[in-house]
Amino acid sequence: MNDRLGIVVSGSLTRGVEVRLDSSASVEDMVVGRYVTIEGNRRRFFGMITDVSLGVTDSNITQTPPDVADPFIAEVLVGTSTYGTLHVSSYLTIGGDVDSLLEGPQPVKTIPGHFSPVNLASERDIELVFGKEDEERFWIGNPLDMETKLCLNLEEFVKRSNGVFGKSGTGKTFLTRILLIGMLQKSKAVNLIFDMHNEYGWAGTSEGGPPVKALKQLFQDRVAVFTLDEENSRRRKVSTDFVVRIGYDEIEPEDIGLLRQTLNLTELAVEAVYQLRRKFGKDWLQSALDLKGVDDLPEDLNIHESTLQNLQRGLMTIRRLPFIEPHAPTNAVDSILSYLDRGINVVLEFGRFRDITSYILVANMLSRRIYAQYQARMERAMGEDIAKPTPLVITIEEAHKFLNPELANQTIFGTIAREMRKYNVTLLVIDQRPSGIDDEVMSQIGTKITCLLDNERDIDSVLAGVSGKSELKSVLAKLAAKQQALIFGHAVPMPVVFRSREYGSAESYKDFLPGKPAEKDIEDLWS
Amino acid sequence: MERVGEVVEASTTDFVAQCYELYQSPPLGSLVKTGDSGGELYGVVYNAATTSLEPGRRPIARGKDEASEEEIYRSNPQLLKLLRSEFNALVVGHRQGDKLHHYLSPQPARIHGFVYLCPPEEVKEFSQSFDFLNILISSHLTVPVDEIVSACLRQMSQAHEDRRAFLVAAGKELAVLLSGDFNQFKAILGRIKQ
Repeated sequence: MNDRLGIVVSGSLTRGVEVRLDSSASVEDMVVGRYVTIEGNRRRFFGMITDVSLGVTDSNITQTPPDVADPFIAEVLVGTSTYGTLHVSSYLTIGGDVDSLLEGPQPVKTIPGHFSPVNLASERDIELVFGKEDEERFWIGNPLDMETKLCLNLEEFVKRSNGVFGKSGTGKTFLTRILLIGMLQKSKAVNLIFDMHNEYGWAGTSEGGPPVKALKQLFQDRVAVFTLDEENSRRRKVSTDFVVRIGYDEIEPEDIGLLRQTLNLTELAVEAVYQLRRKFGKDWLQSALDLKGVDDLPEDLNIHESTLQNLQRGLMTIRRLPFIEPHAPTNAVDSILSYLDRGINVVLEFGRFRDITSYILVANMLSRRIYAQYQARMERAMGEDIAKPTPLVITIEEAHKFLNPELANQTIFGTIAREMRKYNVTLLVIDQRPSGIDDEVMSQIGTKITCLLDNERDIDSVLAGVSGKSELKSVLAKLAAKQQALIFGHAVPMPVVFRSREYGSAESYKDFLPGKPAEKDIEDLWS
Repeated sequence: MERVGEVVEASTTDFVAQCYELYQSPPLGSLVKTGDSGGELYGVVYNAATTSLEPGRRPIARGKDEASEEEIYRSNPQLLKLLRSEFNALVVGHRQGDKLHHYLSPQPARIHGFVYLCPPEEVKEFSQSFDFLNILISSHLTVPVDEIVSACLRQMSQAHEDRRAFLVAAGKELAVLLSGDFNQFKAILGRIKQ
């Protein structure tokens, strides 16, 4: 197969180069998102096709089209009077200069000269750019139309907060599961997953197929499933390691502040919470609920009657949550931390409590306390020169509910996203509505993986601040509805469209397991 | 090698050759050559004419009482001596030593130089490059250029095993040369398609 596509005819560093297709290369074979190499005089450039268009040498052709039903005429015209052009965004130089020989691919700072030949990137080139599967790199999928493995350096990946975006049903959950397995195997980080839809712990659903195995089934020793809803977990035959209960006294005024919208509280009611906390101490919630009316209020509290009623109504909603108890038997934060310290990943299932109130409340409460612990440990580690705590990745779904511009300043997730890795805690944000996430948080996300998005605002917000945005936009809008995703940012040298690796068949599970067991064991395991 | 005539008029860009026999001029568009081992000129036949030997004496119609055209010539054998066939060839290249050049020769053809019809192998060798097409297209001839180009390509294609591939390649070359005149290009394509 001849891999030559054409030659460079014009271009600029900011807009990318135009490539005129040879007559032997068919326009229809050129897919947006494919890789090409451009052979400059002294350097090789590595780029991606971001647009395909048609051109004619003479406008008469378009006005009086020739008879292309005749194969002879059609064959003559292709590539001469009528031709295809590619728009290629070059991202890297590979080989050629000293830096790229020593340090691998370098970001481009120039463009190839006129008429440099353009070829389809070979498997070897792609391997050079994206690396091979090894100790640190994890195979997440294959670049579009290629057999080469796209490998992600997960050690680098977890150093920043990351995001997985995409419309619902585009494979976010599958992709996240693959990433989590990768992190579990190839990085030193531990994961805390707030699993709103019970997809990551024991088994996950797949559209139109049997349930797929999730983390605990594959990595028994390294994953613990926590649940808020024991009954639900038991019914789903999930073996849980811990049942989370939250005491009234663990709820802080900040938690109520976050729930202002979901609980329909007024600003004044939130203010009142702080007053009550100051007055009653840890038992403020119980005491506030016990109040019969404004007359019951201690003298020095100034709360209007309607405000109190509004507040009490909101607090009742919280009290009705089955996992909230006056006094929790065990401290959930401590046990999560003890698992995490042992390098065991924690999946917290919400069972039936999928309403946003429970999710925001629990995720925030736990994360805040865990983060505070990490912060303290990290500071101690810096001061006393002892080992730093294990890096922690907190996975949250429906992230726009926590990280929207209104709440991002208040929730702990906003803080984690902004302060990033300083305290060894990062986020893995999963969301279908990235435009709902605060711009500031969005800009701090290191690596973004995005499946198909079709809302203009969502696309804009995901691509905000990325160079070559308009080119990537066209790539993103053309992704297939399933299994395909675009990854760009910190952990990859350049944006890549890839098909995520298979997940769900016995074969695929086997591939995920390290140190493949002997044949017989496999049979035992999967039969 | 088939000898088809003798040069009777020559200039840098073209030459006129007279055929030894009446009506024996090579087909329109065929590749002919003249010259000796020191240097050969290649030309493409772009015009052929049969006229009276004396410019002022036009032939008159003689067939009123004859049954066929052949009869006329048989009854008037002098005709064959009073008429002559000539053809014009446009110089499209030359050979110096072993090297074939697709551009004009430094010297024009010599009068009385023999003119030969190029055999298929030589046509094939010459048409490895399409540089001569430019000379054809940019020439100012009395005959329409489209006709000459297409006749020439049709003739040359017969020397190639894969006629279609040859014509497609030629068509692509023409597309570049005629990028500013799509209608002419289309006219030529229409004449060379099989």
